[in-house]
Amino acid sequence: MVQKSEKAIPILMVLPSVIAIAIFVYGFISWTGYVSLTNWNTLVKSMHIVGFDNYKFLFQDFRFQSDLRNTLAFTILFIGLTMLCGLFLARMVDAKIKGESFFRNVFIFPMALSFIVTGVVWQWVLNPTTGVNLVLKSLGVSHLPKWFTSTDIVPKVHLGAIDFGLPVAIIAVVLAAVWQMSGFAMAMYLAGLRSISDDLREAARVDGATEGQIFRKVILPQLKPISMSLIIILAHISLKIFDLIYAMTGPGAMFVTDVPGVYMFETTFRGNHYAQGAGIAMIMLLLVSLLIVPYLVSSFRKERS
Amino acid sequence: MEVKRKAGLVISAVALTGMLLAGCGGKSNSDASSSPSASNSPSASPSASASAPASQAASGGKVEIFSWWTGAGEEAGLKGLIQLFSGKHPEIEVINAAVAGGAGTNAKAVLASRMQGGDPPDAFQVHGGAELNTGWVAADKVIDVNDLYESEGWKDKFPKDLIDLVSKDGKAYSVPVNIHRGNVIFYNKKIFDDNGLKAPTTFDEFFKVADALKAKGITPLALGDKEPWTATMVFENVLLGELGPDDYKKLWNNQLPFDDAKVKKSLETFKKMLGYINQDHAARNWQDAAQLVAKGEAAMNIMGDWAKGYFTTDLKLEANKDFGWVPTPNTTGMFMVITDTFAIPKGAKNESNAKEWLKVLGSVEGQDVFNPLKGSIPARIDADKSKYDVYGQQTIEDFKTAKLAPSMAHGSAAPEGFTTQANQAINIFVTNGDVDQALKALKAAQSSSIQ
Repeated sequence: MVQKSEKAIPILMVLPSVIAIAIFVYGFISWTGYVSLTNWNTLVKSMHIVGFDNYKFLFQDFRFQSDLRNTLAFTILFIGLTMLCGLFLARMVDAKIKGESFFRNVFIFPMALSFIVTGVVWQWVLNPTTGVNLVLKSLGVSHLPKWFTSTDIVPKVHLGAIDFGLPVAIIAVVLAAVWQMSGFAMAMYLAGLRSISDDLREAARVDGATEGQIFRKVILPQLKPISMSLIIILAHISLKIFDLIYAMTGPGAMFVTDVPGVYMFETTFRGNHYAQGAGIAMIMLLLVSLLIVPYLVSSFRKERS
Repeated sequence: MEVKRKAGLVISAVALTGMLLAGCGGKSNSDASSSPSASNSPSASPSASASAPASQAASGGKVEIFSWWTGAGEEAGLKGLIQLFSGKHPEIEVINAAVAGGAGTNAKAVLASRMQGGDPPDAFQVHGGAELNTGWVAADKVIDVNDLYESEGWKDKFPKDLIDLVSKDGKAYSVPVNIHRGNVIFYNKKIFDDNGLKAPTTFDEFFKVADALKAKGITPLALGDKEPWTATMVFENVLLGELGPDDYKKLWNNQLPFDDAKVKKSLETFKKMLGYINQDHAARNWQDAAQLVAKGEAAMNIMGDWAKGYFTTDLKLEANKDFGWVPTPNTTGMFMVITDTFAIPKGAKNESNAKEWLKVLGSVEGQDVFNPLKGSIPARIDADKSKYDVYGQQTIEDFKTAKLAPSMAHGSAAPEGFTTQANQAINIFVTNGDVDQALKALKAAQSSSIQ
């Protein structure tokens, strides 16, 4: 009897959250998946199953193709630049400079802001007629950048319905996102750097390694788990980004700064295309899980061994 | 080493949980429409008891009014209406359920989930035309208010075209409160006077004026299409100018296909006009574009007449002195109409109270309280003209005789599904100017969204 209740109590303790997650996470995911297979694309609810028609439409759609291109460009630039900046800042702060805690706080502070605030501020800063261009103009720059209003795509490779390449306008958004998140990357890297024992560096120095070699051969490999975690965290932010884009640029001219999140919101709640919106949601889920699942599997394996 | 790896795992585990939570937050949002139905049953009992006294024909109880009137002038107008209503029915408590957000985008999403979840407000704001007819009426979610039109004698107090806009199969479903005009060019009077130019009324005149202005280094046409509907508004006005009101209306019941030669011509004209706009149009919203005209950096702006309110109230400009207005090219005698109306949902808890509210909205008194504050004109033809400014008085006169055309950009002409797709097509067109691609996209939207 005693043994039985000892086994039952932990199960009872986790049961409420298991039920809640079953309903509110997996239940709703399956419901969204189900809706994405129907033709509920009007105000009137219609649950007639049409198979993968919504997905077919999306992948042929100019806007959705643009979204995928933009997400790819944004994700690569955002993750790369954020990690570089974070590592650079962490090295600076780690160099035992004066007022270290002051700089640490200054760099990490943007993270405390919401993406909406960041979006609005950077929209002003990078506005081609009022923002940083005024400074550039007074410095005598003749070809002022058009920032997020640029409609250029480089290189322009025709693919499907769209021109594939890097939309120049997305760089403006990347700047804002990197500004916000590099402090976070710095904090992660700083923690990593601090946990590397000085003995290792000393040993390397005794062996005659230069500072550059120490950094590349000793420090960087030690930071690998941190880098992996950072990639996962930043990638899920970038794949699902909505608020920053919505506040800063909107879909942009010719959808140069549009992302699936914005499209999903607009088509679902403005256009009443519920099934299409559900389709976009499922594709976004799939994109994130493509990234997460291998990572989870490999960490489980490591844990077991 | 071991410790470090553990630390890394902990960090990633925390991050992953956070992500899952964030993910399901976003996900469940799209399902919000279905979840309230389950949670609605417990809340139904208190509201049922509340509706019991209310059912005794407007003696006490509540009435919940749903709108997106939260901006400066319109909020004042709504408060004026509520005050008027409370004066007439002190026993009814008014609940103002306004949801903020320009053009009602957020409000419409909230409304859709409340209606589908079986928790409708008692009366709600809706644009007359397709938004009402192909949306809520087709979904069988609103009651017809023909009895009010009969008892209040409204049939000859609103223009017939307008009643048609809020009716389906001979039954009226909502009561118009205000009228905005969509086909207006607002121009900077000083620029026009200084350069000896006359405001254009035809496309030829428009391009002549635009060329003259461009030669002087002044931006002829201000556009702010950060939100794409502003470009769609310019396009629908070109459409109306090229097609005329009769053919324009045929687009919305499939009698005229969107790949018609006249639509093609409209797109070409539109493209030509886009050659005269400000460079940074994609970074501006409509107020920013109107400001260009106010400051004298651009000469003209095509916008609905809420821009007039922005000029006079926010920027303190004087009508006919600082700025002037004309109908957009080739649309003199036509009126691109945007009308806010109120309808009553099926299953509203306080239906009889809601009908009293609609009666106040449709009365001369109600319209003259609301419209001068919002800067729109009354939907009734017998309202008191002296209460309106010089722009309002002139527009009231135009409204009486002009041919009405429903606005596509504001959901009066076609279902929301069409409007979003048209916005997308126009957004692409503004940048790449590909007429054939735009025609194809519009035609596809027409065949998928317009029955």
